Amino acid sequence: MSPLRRRLLFGIPLALAVAGGEGFYIILRRMQQNDYDPHALPSPLIGKRPPAFNLPGADGMQGFSNTDLLAPPKPMLVNWFASWCMPCLQEAPMLMKLAKTGLEIWGIAYQDHPQDLANFISTNGNPYTRLAADASGLTAINWGVYGVPETYFIDKQGIVRWRYAGALTDDVVSGTLQPLLQKYA
Amino acid sequence: MRKLLFVLVLVPALAYAQTLTRDGVTLTPAQEARAEDIGSQLRCLVCQNESIEGSSADLAKQLRTIIRQQVVAGDSSKSIMNYMVQRYGIFVLLMPPFMRLTWALYASPFIGIILGFFGYWLMRRTKAEAPAPLTDADTRRLDELLK
Amino acid sequence: MIPELGHFALALAVALAFAQGVIGIFAPGLRDPRAMRGVPALALSQFLAIGAAFLALIYAGVVSDFTVENVANFSSAQVPLLYRITGTWGNHDGSMLLWCFILSLCGATVAAFGNGLPASLRARVLGVLGLVSGGFLLFTLTVSDPFTRLWPPPLDGAGVNPILQDPGLAFHPPVLYTGYVGFSVAFAFAIAALIEGRIDAAWGRWVRPWALISWCFLTAGIALGSWWSYYTLGWGGYWFWDPVENAALLPWLTGTALLHCAIVVEKREALKAWAVLLAIATFSLSLSGTFLVRSGILNSVHSFAAAPNQGLFILALLAITIGGSLLLFAIRAPILAATGIYAPLSRESALVLNNIFICSIAMVVFVGTLYPPFVNLLFGVQLSIGAPFFNETVLPLAGPIILAMGVGPMMAWKRAALLPVLRQLWLAAAVGLLVFLVMAANRHVIAALGLAGGAWVVMAAITDIAGRIRLFRVSAGSSLARLWVLPRAVVGATLGHIGFGMMVLGIAGMTLATQKVIVLKPGQSTQLGGYTWTLDDIHDAPGPNFSQRVADISLSENGKVFMTLHPARRFFSAQKVITNTAAIRTNGFQDIYAVFAAEPPGSGGAELRLNRHPLAPEIWLGGLVMALGGGISLSDRRLRVGAPARKKLAGAVA
Repeated sequence: MSPLRRRLLFGIPLALAVAGGEGFYIILRRMQQNDYDPHALPSPLIGKRPPAFNLPGADGMQGFSNTDLLAPPKPMLVNWFASWCMPCLQEAPMLMKLAKTGLEIWGIAYQDHPQDLANFISTNGNPYTRLAADASGLTAINWGVYGVPETYFIDKQGIVRWRYAGALTDDVVSGTLQPLLQKYA
Repeated sequence: MRKLLFVLVLVPALAYAQTLTRDGVTLTPAQEARAEDIGSQLRCLVCQNESIEGSSADLAKQLRTIIRQQVVAGDSSKSIMNYMVQRYGIFVLLMPPFMRLTWALYASPFIGIILGFFGYWLMRRTKAEAPAPLTDADTRRLDELLK
Repeated sequence: MIPELGHFALALAVALAFAQGVIGIFAPGLRDPRAMRGVPALALSQFLAIGAAFLALIYAGVVSDFTVENVANFSSAQVPLLYRITGTWGNHDGSMLLWCFILSLCGATVAAFGNGLPASLRARVLGVLGLVSGGFLLFTLTVSDPFTRLWPPPLDGAGVNPILQDPGLAFHPPVLYTGYVGFSVAFAFAIAALIEGRIDAAWGRWVRPWALISWCFLTAGIALGSWWSYYTLGWGGYWFWDPVENAALLPWLTGTALLHCAIVVEKREALKAWAVLLAIATFSLSLSGTFLVRSGILNSVHSFAAAPNQGLFILALLAITIGGSLLLFAIRAPILAATGIYAPLSRESALVLNNIFICSIAMVVFVGTLYPPFVNLLFGVQLSIGAPFFNETVLPLAGPIILAMGVGPMMAWKRAALLPVLRQLWLAAAVGLLVFLVMAANRHVIAALGLAGGAWVVMAAITDIAGRIRLFRVSAGSSLARLWVLPRAVVGATLGHIGFGMMVLGIAGMTLATQKVIVLKPGQSTQLGGYTWTLDDIHDAPGPNFSQRVADISLSENGKVFMTLHPARRFFSAQKVITNTAAIRTNGFQDIYAVFAAEPPGSGGAELRLNRHPLAPEIWLGGLVMALGGGISLSDRRLRVGAPARKKLAGAVA
């Protein structure tokens, strides 16, 4: 084996380490700039219509079914939440703020007790135009919801364009939601 | 020793006798075994690194029930897995399917072995070329050290 | 006051470490014997300084000084003393300090007991250790300071995470860290050898005890962690292929390969560049394992959730340490030529085979752990790679190792014949085959393969030792005398292999586990594994900083009660956390395992998980025997950590 080839062979570990380090650097830097979440899980619903369901109303409001989401007049959000979930509590003011801008938000209460739900709505305000209850949690499974809160963005054709798992923050709203609203307006 | 053999051989056989109820579904031991096998290949999404079978999270429990209902209904393991993938994506599979994105992953054991034997072959070949002679000082030092 | 002293000692340690690093690396090149002699003193003082800082932090924890942020956030006056002490390293900042403390301890040991090493080599080894230590100390001091003050102090601390309030987990980090960090010495030897441009048999002999002692700790640490998850997570799982576990397994695998490879370096002066690469890889994997896992990149349950800017600092340190050493390797290693010659069929070749398969396993684990984040980065697809993948790829690779493990140690050095060895091993092969046939007849094919493999390894190791002491061929007393004078390294290696075989038996046995999840009311009973399990009572019981509900379960066979179990559910009111404490009874060959999972509302009873785990104790017992074997091997007089004094000669070479 020629000396040069031998040298190249011994350089392989270095090359691998450099490539790996570069990858980690990119991930960490993008995490720091908040434009990358290594744990974000893309929803299989994206590009599709929500699965068939028909949920009763909750807290005196009107429930809804998948057919109600077929062609909304303008893009809207479907927000899964529960009164027992801490991040949902943190998210509540943001939802109120979004509702005041005229954005249509429909809520689905996930495995909640009617009384707890009523208390939650009366203390935190009601950003929802319609509010349904998924007491069994089976509709949530069909949607692929794996924790509350989760927010789905639905366009005018009734197609899911975006899903966010976790409480909506200023960064998420200005960085992702606003551009989506403009794009699908 | 005989007791040990009894434990190892007979006890598992005895356990397979009657029907049982797990997560609200009654099923036969064979069905339960299949359900456990499916559940242990699916990731519990709430807990990040546990299988649905091992997790105590509510969602995992609910999914266990669904799996068992489908097993009792006679659905194939593959269709049950597909049911989960449809809802949660391939992330839910603890063993990713073989596809373009994963061929390198599945090739890794073979690459490891091939590289290993190739390196061994390379080493044996080059060694014949360069038997580095020891200097006198080296020999003296080695003799001293290895004494 | 005391925390400020600790902070000052930490700052002092940074300066000492960098001085040790710079002088240690450059003094031998300048041929300055006075400077070289100063390096061990620097290493010792650095150790004292970090020791003082570490003690100061522990002191703050013990006296519950809540003006220290670290204590306020992660300790509490109500926690028992033991956990106030161990709580100091149960968080990111404190664990960094522990890490640096162990690193300096390694340096101090080399300084204190390395008199037998050539002065230039010792200075360079300490120099490398000093630089690594300096980098991480600087990190601790600047962005991860455990002594940060808090004003006004809270009345009580936030408390120790209930999961960490457990003796198994309290001592898991120090043991594991000692394993990780201990490999820094082998790493430093490798770098020093690359700088000097020479590696010989003596190098192999100096590195091996260090690799061995770290390996023992790493083995014990992994076993401890696995045992902990077995008895706390509450369903009998003991290994999850979680990124954190893989991070510990990777250096263990390459470290095991290094141990075996160093033998070839010592005996035959071959595989030198490979040994150096393994030493670098093992420590690099330890470093990446400890730190990248916490950066939040990998999907893992364990993480101290370091901020991304800390992550970048750490990444820079890793880049310098790992990248620098691999660069040095690329430049200098090609000149390391092998001198010894051995046949393809020899003990040396068997050790190479071992290295190939162990490193293939390491590669699979490495690829499997890093594949998801990189695929996500490049293609935006979330994959999960979990237990089923690793089981199906790693276990087949372990097969050849298990087979070769029985034969290898009995093969002759340089040139061996296979047939006589196999003839000696007929009994081990017969036992393995019998176990396989019995189990396969019961349609437990996987268990059959595992049990047969484990039995084969244990029997082959026993055959090896029996042959060496001529058991049954001479009198028992004479055999015992032979055992006593056998080189400890041989006894240790055999014990290590027996331990591994036991572990294989345990893992295979666990595939036969039977379990049942059932809701019982007090007085009701159920059948599992040939026993009748009766729930006698559910009651409250007091605890030091928790309240608990205990289920009393009795086991009976043929109407006779022979065992009672008391699994509990603990409520930590301070953190609003519930933990399940499993009740485990073992007789050495099987575990009876009960968990009080929940009290379902309206059922009036308890949801219990009842398990019977055949051979489960062998998993951890095997780990312990492996570590013990390493320890015995370490006591071999040829392998003393300091390598017996050769001062005169060392001076002559330097």
